[in-house]
Amino acid sequence: MSAAESRPNEAERYYNYAYLDEQTKRMIRRAILKALAIPGYQAPFGSREMPVPYGWGTGGIQLTAAIIGPDDVYKCIDQGADDTTNAVSIRKFFARVADVATTDNTAEATIIQTRHRIPEQPLKAGQVLVFQVPQPEPLRGLEARETETRAMHAYEEYGLQYVSLYENISAFGRIAATAGYPVMVEERYLMSPSPIPKFDNPKMDDNEAILLFGAGREKRIYAIPPHTRVRSLDFEDYPFEVQTWEENCALCGAEDSYLDEVVLDDAGNRMFVCSDSHHCGQRRAEGHVGPMAGHQLANPVAEDGQ
Amino acid sequence: MSAVERLASEPLLRVTDLSRWYGSIVGCRDVSFEMHPGEVLGIVGESGSGKTTLLKCLSGHLEPTSGQVEFDTRRHGMSDIYGLSEPDRRRMQREDWGFVHQNPRDGLRMRVSGGANVAEPLMNLGRRHYGEMRSATIAWLDRVELDTSRIDDKPRNFSGGMQQRIQVARNLIHGPKLVFMDEPTGGLDVSVQARLLDLMRELVRDLGLAVIIVTHDMAVARLMADRLLVMRRGEVVETGLTDQVLDDPQHAYTQLLVSSVLQI
Repeated sequence: MSAAESRPNEAERYYNYAYLDEQTKRMIRRAILKALAIPGYQAPFGSREMPVPYGWGTGGIQLTAAIIGPDDVYKCIDQGADDTTNAVSIRKFFARVADVATTDNTAEATIIQTRHRIPEQPLKAGQVLVFQVPQPEPLRGLEARETETRAMHAYEEYGLQYVSLYENISAFGRIAATAGYPVMVEERYLMSPSPIPKFDNPKMDDNEAILLFGAGREKRIYAIPPHTRVRSLDFEDYPFEVQTWEENCALCGAEDSYLDEVVLDDAGNRMFVCSDSHHCGQRRAEGHVGPMAGHQLANPVAEDGQ
Repeated sequence: MSAVERLASEPLLRVTDLSRWYGSIVGCRDVSFEMHPGEVLGIVGESGSGKTTLLKCLSGHLEPTSGQVEFDTRRHGMSDIYGLSEPDRRRMQREDWGFVHQNPRDGLRMRVSGGANVAEPLMNLGRRHYGEMRSATIAWLDRVELDTSRIDDKPRNFSGGMQQRIQVARNLIHGPKLVFMDEPTGGLDVSVQARLLDLMRELVRDLGLAVIIVTHDMAVARLMADRLLVMRRGEVVETGLTDQVLDDPQHAYTQLLVSSVLQI
């Protein structure tokens, strides 16, 4: 985000820095500013074709490309993990085209691109969390017309969103939706938080970092500036709740993190581990021990050196 | 409310010189009438006579080319509905009106359960207590004589007549002042039609609702409406009390219309 130090062959290196051309990045930055000025509002932008298919994070990649600079430290996670295919390839992409340092460490990163999770470790002022969004419109499942959903946002007509929660309670006896759980931003705009688990919803409220959301196929950018009120929808008699687990993390023993269930064999054995791989590793390094500590899953094959 | 009291009260709806043109083709022309609370107005006429155009203009879905539609709104008093800002008009439509479509698929959300369809107007009005809405929904399903144990079934699993009952419940649960009905019994067989009409007549009388019902079926008009507007080629050719118009039609077209009703 800041100006580069003098480097060799600078002109070539910084021509079309970070993959996108300068005009495109300006256009995306304008959309980001608009989105930050109206928290939760879906600002349209001219999404470009990216070298990955729609659904693989084109919106998030364009946001990152528009805001990244040579001094940034970039982290990319997919479902909380730094070592999954999608996260590794996007991280390598920016290491190459933007010439930035990359990291697994949540605290060290200045830009964190994420799919489906918010890191366990609280974010700090100065950090930017970039979300990849498949469907920015929370009302789309109930109202197919874009003209109508735009009017609903403009006039704050959000009764319809409660119909989906009502259906959930009728069918399951509780609000069973677990991911992409709709939120109200500053009590004005209804917003889809992208398919993060509702476990992460409370982390968006009054967050110190900037939260940016990019939907490449749907051509929308929206944002939550620091210290914004974000409230998950609920009914008076069915208040919002997050997921809980009976187990702790099998590797690090964490009681308060989001757990993934991992099937170990055909005999019904399974383990629950932190979905946030950096958080789990850091806790293990600090000496925290879970019931299955030392399991081979705790020592994944190291990523190729970059 | 007796007929005398009704006439003494302030009008609920006042339509003045309403015209709607589709280019050079007339949809409806120079329609004027007043409606009072608790009154059921039938609009009859053959296909293409402008009934649906008039209904769309009255219900705020189609802006008239000229003329005014004034309605006694809860929030703004008597006002021209096309003079209200769009959010005010939409809110007024949600709070004060109901609209029963001919085809229940147009008036219901087919992807969500019947119960959620009935409860949706309450959520649109800002109600946020699930238990209360659930019991209100059950009470209304009971009132329209549907099996309350099927509350969570999808509309597609109900018969046409049942879907229409869900639609009626959905459009009455929030206590509207005026309900528009576009051929509410079209497409139903006669026995189901008769029971639905019976039910709607009872509800309308019990709730003291004002209703504008568009139909080409003289029997429906006779059963439901207090007063009739007969339309032909976009113009109102005759108005009057239902029995008066049907028993002693004055205009040649109305005479033809009444004489065309099939007898068994």
